[in-house]
Amino acid sequence: MEPFEPTIVAFVCNWCTYTAADLAGTSRLSYPKNIRLIRVMCTGMVDPQYVIKALLEGADAVLVSGCHPGDCHYINGNYKARRRIRLLKEILPRFGFEPERLRLTWIGASDGIQFAEIMRDLTSQIRAIGPSQTRQTMII
Amino acid sequence: MSDLYKLVIPDEGVLAGLRRFFRSILELESIQAILAPVQLPMKPSVMPALISDPDQIDHCDPLAPSFPLNAAKVVSQLTRNPIGGTVAVFLRSCEIRAFIELVKLKQGTLDEVVIIGMDCPGAFQNASYRRFVQSCTEDPGATFFNQIQKKDTAFPGNIDLAEACKACEHFTPDGADIAIGWLGMASEDHFLLKGQTDRGLDVLKQLKLPEAAAPLMRHGAIADMLAKRLAYRDDMFATTHAATSNLKKLTAYLADCVNCYNCRVVCPVCYCRECVFVTDVFDHDASQVLKWSQRRGLVKLPADTVFYHLTRLAHMSTACVGCGQCSNACPNDIPVMELFRSVAEKTQNAFGYEAGRSVDDAPPLSVFRENEFEDVVGIKGE
Repeated sequence: MEPFEPTIVAFVCNWCTYTAADLAGTSRLSYPKNIRLIRVMCTGMVDPQYVIKALLEGADAVLVSGCHPGDCHYINGNYKARRRIRLLKEILPRFGFEPERLRLTWIGASDGIQFAEIMRDLTSQIRAIGPSQTRQTMII
Repeated sequence: MSDLYKLVIPDEGVLAGLRRFFRSILELESIQAILAPVQLPMKPSVMPALISDPDQIDHCDPLAPSFPLNAAKVVSQLTRNPIGGTVAVFLRSCEIRAFIELVKLKQGTLDEVVIIGMDCPGAFQNASYRRFVQSCTEDPGATFFNQIQKKDTAFPGNIDLAEACKACEHFTPDGADIAIGWLGMASEDHFLLKGQTDRGLDVLKQLKLPEAAAPLMRHGAIADMLAKRLAYRDDMFATTHAATSNLKKLTAYLADCVNCYNCRVVCPVCYCRECVFVTDVFDHDASQVLKWSQRRGLVKLPADTVFYHLTRLAHMSTACVGCGQCSNACPNDIPVMELFRSVAEKTQNAFGYEAGRSVDDAPPLSVFRENEFEDVVGIKGE
């Protein structure tokens, strides 16, 4: 059997984490191909529904990543994102999703090295906890 | 000066006493109309109605154990724009709490309403209410209330109060301007009227009612009932959690759902004019549905059932007041209220919030602070 390779959906903000991903790329830093980046203008627009949809569609983990507190291009979108993640952390584990499968990080535009490191760490953590329950369950 | 008055119960009974009280309010120059449950003439259905003619007050049926809809939505409609006067609204406690949520969501205002509430005796689900009416020889509301006052909940034909009511810890009308109290009242000749706000007190003063002394037994009676309700509620939470603690169980719990969205339509706090589930966002192309089928071998249709319920929990559980209309409206008897309330308890606690408590508490997702919830940030330390 092939070793388990997780699929991780990452909602990254245009101004910080996406720029960091870009920097990691132009700096020729490698990070796992398990990460599927979805660029959004701000983490403040990541409605819980998109996180839930990604998990139900088979993502083994979802990462939301934006600007450091105080650095949000739209002043406070990341603070709103943090509340939504707090909310989802209350809901998803009730239904058997391990808390590790939903993560929030702040990765600034100049943090290319950190971006690659965090993606590597996250991937190995999710690889360690194994596939999400959605892979074995018929989703209605 | 006391804030307690007597609502006199005449020989004709509680129903007559309440109707007289409502009539006296309606006859005040400052009150243009009163919203209250009304017995429809064409069928024994009870629906909210806006009564402006005092001579129509005898249609009003505040004791009927019927709860076909959460009237907070109606009050929201009445107060979204200036109504041109002041209306009194008689609401159940969960309707008051839902209305408070709607006010905070800018779907109504408290400016032109006087809220009247009463210790809630509970209600039946729609089908049970219809059976109860058939079993009654006298007025159903009065029959029901008479039995509830004696703490007797064994109704004919094994009809039971709605689960939401049995698990309700907010039976006293804390958010009302005027509270009508009957729990723990030693005397049978009057109920307690309490002005809980300046507006409520002002109305009561105009009515020139006899003042009442503080009832000694009331506090204990409320505490007893609260303890029973909390125990029932916590059992319900535990059972529901055990039945839904992973995705496999949750899909079994929701398996009969046909995506009718009734639970959302009747939900008093689901206020979006256009819910995301009726927009194009999740109105998937046929080719997408085929892809799902091919990926997993089959796809149940309509799809997105679990997705819908989880999303509704994320969007609205912080505002859930536990009225139980979702369960009442489910055509397939899915215990939606139990699921919603047990998650709402967690999400509201997470933000130190209690839906319907006060217009001064901001809804959790409408505000933020700079330094908070730092434990959810980062990929270490889970």
